[in-house]
Amino acid sequence: MSERSLQVVPGDLLPPRRPGRRHLLGVGDLERVDVERLLGTAHSFALSQERDTKKLPTLRGRLVVNVFFESSTRTSSSFELAAKRLSADTMTMKASGSSVEKGESLKDTALTLSAYDPDVIVIRHPQIGAPQLVASVTDAHVVNAGDGKHQHPTQALLDLYSIQEALGRLEGVQVAIVGDVLHSRVARSLIQALRLVGAGVVLVGPPPLLPAELAEVSYDIATIKDADVVYVLRMQRERMEEGANYVPSLREYSALWCVTPDRLRAGQKVMHPGPMNRGVEIDPRVADSASALVVDQVRAGLVVRMAVLYDLLTTGPVSVETVAGVAG
Amino acid sequence: MSGSAVLAGGGGTDDLVIRGARLLDPTEGLDETVDVRIDQGTISALGADLDVNGHRVVDGTELVLAPAFVDPHVHLRTPGREDEETIASGTAAAAAGGYCAILAMPNTAPVVDTADVLRGLRARAEEEAAIPVGFSAAITMGQEGTQLTEMGELAGAGAAAFTDDGRPVASAGLMRRALEYNAITGRRLALHCEEPSLTRGGQMHMGAVSAELGLGGWPSLGESLCVSRELSLAGDTRQPLHLMHLSARESVDLLRGARAAGIEASGEVTPHHLCLTDEAVRTLDPNLKMNPPLRTDDDRAALISALADGTIEAIATDHAPHSREEKDVPFEAAPFGVTGLETAFAALNTSLVEPGVLSLETLLERMSAGPARIFGLERPRIAVGAPANLVLLSPKATWRVREDRFRSRSANSWLLGRRLQGKVLLTVAAGRIAYEA
Repeated sequence: MSERSLQVVPGDLLPPRRPGRRHLLGVGDLERVDVERLLGTAHSFALSQERDTKKLPTLRGRLVVNVFFESSTRTSSSFELAAKRLSADTMTMKASGSSVEKGESLKDTALTLSAYDPDVIVIRHPQIGAPQLVASVTDAHVVNAGDGKHQHPTQALLDLYSIQEALGRLEGVQVAIVGDVLHSRVARSLIQALRLVGAGVVLVGPPPLLPAELAEVSYDIATIKDADVVYVLRMQRERMEEGANYVPSLREYSALWCVTPDRLRAGQKVMHPGPMNRGVEIDPRVADSASALVVDQVRAGLVVRMAVLYDLLTTGPVSVETVAGVAG
Repeated sequence: MSGSAVLAGGGGTDDLVIRGARLLDPTEGLDETVDVRIDQGTISALGADLDVNGHRVVDGTELVLAPAFVDPHVHLRTPGREDEETIASGTAAAAAGGYCAILAMPNTAPVVDTADVLRGLRARAEEEAAIPVGFSAAITMGQEGTQLTEMGELAGAGAAAFTDDGRPVASAGLMRRALEYNAITGRRLALHCEEPSLTRGGQMHMGAVSAELGLGGWPSLGESLCVSRELSLAGDTRQPLHLMHLSARESVDLLRGARAAGIEASGEVTPHHLCLTDEAVRTLDPNLKMNPPLRTDDDRAALISALADGTIEAIATDHAPHSREEKDVPFEAAPFGVTGLETAFAALNTSLVEPGVLSLETLLERMSAGPARIFGLERPRIAVGAPANLVLLSPKATWRVREDRFRSRSANSWLLGRRLQGKVLLTVAAGRIAYEA
């Protein structure tokens, strides 16, 4: 039996691509111009936050629902405050104390919340694909505030914003991401976002925790001296399966990869998405030093999330004048 | 123990004349446009302008009449999960897909590991099956991988094959015993190859896409390491075996090598592994989650080559129905498995035959004669005197896959909403008209 050709035709029968930018489910939903516009908008909002009256009327009458199926301090508070600063109504639902504890499925929770006609649903969920499921059953814009090990796009945007504010540029900036990349949605989102804006990235840490498919890797902590920004990841102890042996012990991890003052050089910026395990992945002296941008990142989180909500619910860029105008 | 004794239910003594179809039976070397007459469920005449004999006549102009399909790997979910599939619904779905015989997997609740459970299923099949169905029995009690089932008694009670599908026989020593002991049954051992310590937490193929998505990786080596072990054991014990749902290039290369070395090993591949790659998983659609997972384009090319050159002799759907509520969850929480009986021919015709990657003849052979040969079933064929096991196909007709059109009780198809080319119009199984479009 002769076969004409065994050339595989790629792409046939592939599912249709997701439609455009109705949601922010991952950094993959963004192009470089989108990132630049969002950072510009965030900058405008940052100026507005320097005034005594911080509230803007922009999203008055809109409803932003936050659904958090996983514990979070930074992200949930910053989304809630971002919506409030834009005068939107907000509602925050946590898994504990809700019908989820009675066994309600994510789909039903999403349908229930959709019945209030929210404009935006912000969701954090421990399982990859949860935001996609919610997006498939609601008319609201969906923002992924973290799904499992997959994506956390607003974190990546706020990290870019912080780098830009600190260094004045993104293009050509060298970032070393240190630690447990394998289990980190923050790292996955950030690597994609850095690529998008022309920044360089190297992953540093124990071999089993560095997926070589994602970026250049180095097992030697000395490599971080070459970077402009050292981005320290949390050792995700809760994600370390028993007996998985990604590292022999936290003690050995700290000895080899903890970011300490003597492993850094002057002028480097240090970032961490929080919450920090002081003494495990980051030396307390580094965490408290002037080079650490950790608190700046939290501040950036507010204005970047304001920008994301604004961008999904309005059209066109915002300028300082417009903001000042409506706020005045 | 004769092959046909393992099939239960379905069948009949229908009369029919099919006029002017292209008769295509690659194994018989038949490719001719003539009429076919079926008397009392048996093919009684082939030729031009046949006497209708008072029978109903179906016009086969522009259509292909081929030996109906055989699927050696179907989950009928009965007993235990009749909400997902029953013998009646699963065999009706098979008939709609052009199948005249299927083999059901034993990973039910309870597991088919005793002759009593097996006899109960065969009795139900006699009553409700739309086409003949065979039931495979477990290799180990409860599929727990510790104690062999009473394979002799199970074979005597009509077990079609032996398999712990859904999981591997983890111990090499026990696998060796199973192969040795199986010599008394004359049935195939069908093996799910997976090294659990490499696939724990695996959600999709381990590679660039899993790294990017953050989903747990299920590496090719998780399959091929086990394939290597099973082929070594088959060589050592000189016993035949069958490798189910192969997905990785390395596995296929090992199978090819073993066959060249004279080991009696066969393999099967699913439509989804032949049509899709791990790139599709980027959508996070739970209907793209299956075990083994979709792999790379290189693996897909290797599977297609192996199918074409005969290293892989059978296409098996691994039809795995899941309830809507089970699949309406985030990708990471969804169970493994997709349905396939009603879309297999159309998907492969669209994806492989139409683009010129695989010939229609090869596809038909691997969906019918190939699996029948492996499992010792009577080969569906177009010949005077043979039982009528026929499928009437339109290779050109297009249709859209719709959830509300499935005969299966479940709709977890990776093809929902897709337009396919190639349609099953009529299925005759064991002499009975089992499906008409």
